[in-house]
Amino acid sequence: MLLKKGNILLTIFTALAIIISGFFISSCGETQKSEEVKQSEKTEQADQAAETEEQIEDKESIKIGVIGAHSGDLASYGIPTINAATIIVEKYNAQGGINGRSIEIIVEDDGCKPEMATSAAVKVVGEKVNSVIGHICSGATKAAIGIYKESNIITISPSATNPPLTQSGEYPNFFRTIASDDAQAKLEVDFVLDVLNLTKIAIIHDKGDYGKGFAEFVKQFLENDQRAEVVLYEGITPGAVDYSAIVNKIKESEAEAIIYGGYHPEASKIVTQIRKKNMKTVFVSDDGVKDETFIKVAKEYAEGVYATGPMDTSSNPLTIEAIKEHEAKYGEYPGAFYLNAYAAMLALLNAYEVSNSIEYDDIVQTLRTEYVDTPLGKISFDEKGDAIGIGFSMYQVKEGRFVEIKQ
Amino acid sequence: MDYFLELFLGGLTRGSIYALIALGYTMVYGIIQLINFAHGEIYMIGAFTALIAASVLTFAGLNQLAIIVIAALAAIIYSAAYGYTIEKIAYKPLRNAPRLSVLISAIGMSLFLQNYVLLAQTSNFLPFPELIPEFEFLKPYSHIIRPSELFICITTAVIMLLLTFLIKFTKIGKAMRAAAQDKTMAMLLGIDVNLVISVTFIVGSATAAIGGVLIASHIGQINFYMGFIAGIKAFVAAVLGGIGSIPGAVLGSLILGWTESFFTGYISSDYEDAFAFLFLVLILIFRPSGILGKKEY
Repeated sequence: MLLKKGNILLTIFTALAIIISGFFISSCGETQKSEEVKQSEKTEQADQAAETEEQIEDKESIKIGVIGAHSGDLASYGIPTINAATIIVEKYNAQGGINGRSIEIIVEDDGCKPEMATSAAVKVVGEKVNSVIGHICSGATKAAIGIYKESNIITISPSATNPPLTQSGEYPNFFRTIASDDAQAKLEVDFVLDVLNLTKIAIIHDKGDYGKGFAEFVKQFLENDQRAEVVLYEGITPGAVDYSAIVNKIKESEAEAIIYGGYHPEASKIVTQIRKKNMKTVFVSDDGVKDETFIKVAKEYAEGVYATGPMDTSSNPLTIEAIKEHEAKYGEYPGAFYLNAYAAMLALLNAYEVSNSIEYDDIVQTLRTEYVDTPLGKISFDEKGDAIGIGFSMYQVKEGRFVEIKQ
Repeated sequence: MDYFLELFLGGLTRGSIYALIALGYTMVYGIIQLINFAHGEIYMIGAFTALIAASVLTFAGLNQLAIIVIAALAAIIYSAAYGYTIEKIAYKPLRNAPRLSVLISAIGMSLFLQNYVLLAQTSNFLPFPELIPEFEFLKPYSHIIRPSELFICITTAVIMLLLTFLIKFTKIGKAMRAAAQDKTMAMLLGIDVNLVISVTFIVGSATAAIGGVLIASHIGQINFYMGFIAGIKAFVAAVLGGIGSIPGAVLGSLILGWTESFFTGYISSDYEDAFAFLFLVLILIFRPSGILGKKEY
C-alpha cells in the first residue's frame, strides 16, 4: 500500500496524541486513586467518630436504581413506579433511614427497549447501586437481568410478567411482585378440572398476543393433565360480523367447558350466541373479559360466566393509604403497577431492615423467608423469585356483577 | 346433517348481511366507477341510529312491533341522508377529477365518519336490544336456526326483490341502467344524471342501514368500528361477484358467507379470512371481472 506523505505525518500525529492522552489519563487515574484512598481514610475516621457519637448519617447510603419506561409510548407504565419509590424513600428517610443508612434512588429510563435497558443497567451498575426496582417491560427486563446477575444486584420488577424470567431458574437475583403470564391459565385449568369437574374442554382465542399466549398456556397445562381432553383449539377473527360457525363447531365438539383467551367484545358475542342456542356450556375466561362492559353488553347471557382477575385488594388499609399518599403528593389517582411497585419497594426495604446488612446473600435470603405487609397483601418470594400471596382470583357473574369465588 | 344445515344457515345469514352492504358498493361502482369506502360507515351509522331510536321508543313504552318498524325507518332515513350528503360533499366536486382523488376522498370520509361517531357517541361497545321477537313456530327448530337468522334471510330476500323491481320496472331504474351504460349519452338524452347518482347513494345507504340494524339485533352489540371489517368483506363479495353487477353482488356475498362458514366448521377458523381471500384470488385469476361481471374495455 502506498502512503502519501501527509498521511504518514497524520498517523504519527495521531499516535503521539494517543500516547500523550494516555499519559494524562493514567496520571489522572493515579491522582483519583490517591484521592479515593485519602477519602476512604477520611470516611473511616469519620465513621469512627460517628460511631462514638451516634450511628446515623455517615454510613454509606443504600442506592436503589429505579429503571423502566419513563418516556415514549409506555411511559405511563413506568412513571407510577418512580412515584411509588419516591414516596416510600421520603418516608423512610424522614424517619432516619434504615439502620443508620439513608436511601437514595437513581432513576434511569429504558423506554421499554432492550437495547436501552442494557445501557441503563450498565450505567447504574457503574454507579454502584445495591439493588434495582425494575424493569417495567418483560423484554427490557430480560435484556438487563444478566448484567445485574454478574454484579450481584437484586432486581425486583413490579410488572414483568414473562414466565421464564423466574421459572427458568437462571436468575436467582430476580424477583417480581406481579403474577406471571401463565398464572391465570394455571388457575383456570385447575378450577375447571378440580372444582367444576369438567374434562372435555374447548380452547378458543382471538389470535392476538395476549389471547393466543394465554390459550397456549391453557393447552399446555391441559395436555399435561391425564383427566383433560382438549376437544377444540381454534382462533377466531376479532370484529367478525358474527360467530355462528364457531359456535356450531363448539356445539358439535360436545365440549363441556370453553376456555377463552381474549377480550370482552368477542367473548360477549360468543356467550350471547351460545346461550341463544340453548347451550349450557360453561364459559371461562381471562381478565380481558373481567370487565364491566362485558356484563353490560352480554346482559342476562353473562350470568354464570367465570373469569379470572387480579385479587381484589381495594379494601386493604395499606392500599388505601398508598393511594392517598400518591394523591396527596401528585394530585392524581396512581397509574399502572403503582401498587406492585409500592409492594416491591416495601419488600426490598424490609429485607434491608430485617437483615441489617447490605450484602447480596443476606438480602436474597431475607426476601425469601420474611413475609411483608404490602398493599397487595402479605407477601414473600419463592425460591424462583415469584411472589407468594400475589395472583389471580376466580370471579363469576352473579346478578349482573363479578363476584369473587372464595375457595 | 344438522351440523351441515347449521353451517349452511349461518353462512346464509352472514352472506345476507354482506349482500345488503355489497349492493351499495356495486350500484355506486356501476354508475360512477367509484369504490365508496365510506359505505361500511353508513352501515354502522344505521345501527347507531336504530339503537338511539329504539332506546327512546322503549322509554316511551311502545310495543315491540312499533319499535322495530320505527327504529328501522329512522335508521334508513338517517343513513340515506348521510349517503346523499357524503356524495354531495365528498364526491360530486371531484366528479371530473382523476379516479385516485375520489378514492382518497372516500377513504378520508370513512375515517372522518368513524372518528365522528367515536367522539359524538362512545368508543365503548354498546348493548343493542333484541328487536326481532321469538317466533313460536320456530321453537322446535331452535337448535338449528334462530329467529333472527330466519328474519335476516327473509328480509334480505324481500329487499332483493324490491330492488330488482325498482331497477327493472320503474322509470328511475331505467335511468340508472342508462347512466351505468353511458353517462354522457344518458345526459344528452335528458336524463338528470346527478339525480340518478343521488338516488343510487340513497338506495345503497338504505340497504346498508337495514343490514346494520339486522346484524346489531342479531349479535346484540355495536361499536364505532363495526363498519370497517363488514365493509371490507362486503367489498370483497362485490368484487367476487363482479363489481357493478347487482345479482353478482348477492351471489358473491352468499358464496363468501358460505365459504367462511364451512371453512370454519369443517377445517379451522384460524385461517378463515386467509381462505376467504385466497378464494377471491382464485376466482379473479380465472374470471378477472368476477363471477357475473362484464368485461371492461
